[in-house]
Amino acid sequence: MRRVLAFVVGLAFGLGLLVSDMANPARVLAFLDVLAIPAGTWDPTLMFVMAGAMSVSAAAWLLARPRRAAVFGGAMPGPARPQIDARLVGGSALFGIGWGLSGICPGGGLAALAIGGAPVAVFLAAMVAGMALFALVDRRFAQARA
Amino acid sequence: MNPDWILGLLGGALIGAASGLLLLGSGRIAGISGIAGGLIEDLMRGLPGGRAGRLLTAENALFLLGMILAPALYLGLGGVKEIVVEADAPTLIVAGLLVGFGARLGSGCTSGHGVCGAARLSRRSLTAMGVFMGAAIATVALGRLL
Repeated sequence: MRRVLAFVVGLAFGLGLLVSDMANPARVLAFLDVLAIPAGTWDPTLMFVMAGAMSVSAAAWLLARPRRAAVFGGAMPGPARPQIDARLVGGSALFGIGWGLSGICPGGGLAALAIGGAPVAVFLAAMVAGMALFALVDRRFAQARA
Repeated sequence: MNPDWILGLLGGALIGAASGLLLLGSGRIAGISGIAGGLIEDLMRGLPGGRAGRLLTAENALFLLGMILAPALYLGLGGVKEIVVEADAPTLIVAGLLVGFGARLGSGCTSGHGVCGAARLSRRSLTAMGVFMGAAIATVALGRLL
């Protein structure tokens, strides 16, 4: 059942990114371009998407709070860690620069792949390489510390 | 209200519902970079042997497959989509590397920190969101000015 749910949730998540147009890099960049605010051409759509997503997601967290286990098996996530560290801040900064350069985030890229053609495929290939590179570097550092 | 904003709210609610279903049904957080990165590391290290490990790998693969197939559902429902990528290939490669590496180092991207973590008011996720939004806005502004 969990396998079926994972597929259906992936499909719905991608559909949401397409309906909201957040799979479209030009739309995301139109939000990030705050210099367009004084010109009156700024596009606030991403704010509406986040408002819709976060309110439903917050409701799900409230429903999840009293649960010990997930409906189809498995433990619920533990409490969120509080520590802010250099990895969190540095990684998020690198992510933000890449996002600003392209207008593509991992979810948007995957949902756009089938329609977006070569440019989206190039981005996703580099993203996979970046994730693999992180896994290699992270393992090397873990061995060095041990 | 602008129809794009209404579609944004609706699409956002669908994204929030998808991540909420995965949380309540399987106890998992719908973070795209975590799911993609987890699968990439499984493929690099060799697939996990245990039953729990195999379930996670299958879920990750099926979730990503659902996202990639989402355009078929969207177009089948009568949606029309144009994906506009403004960046050239070298920029897309740099952006993809930064997005992949940065999201893994920072433990999440727009979905895991933005939709899931920030909705439970996690300090780490709210910080990550502030940092990557700020970095992305600054990157776009610099690109416009240079």
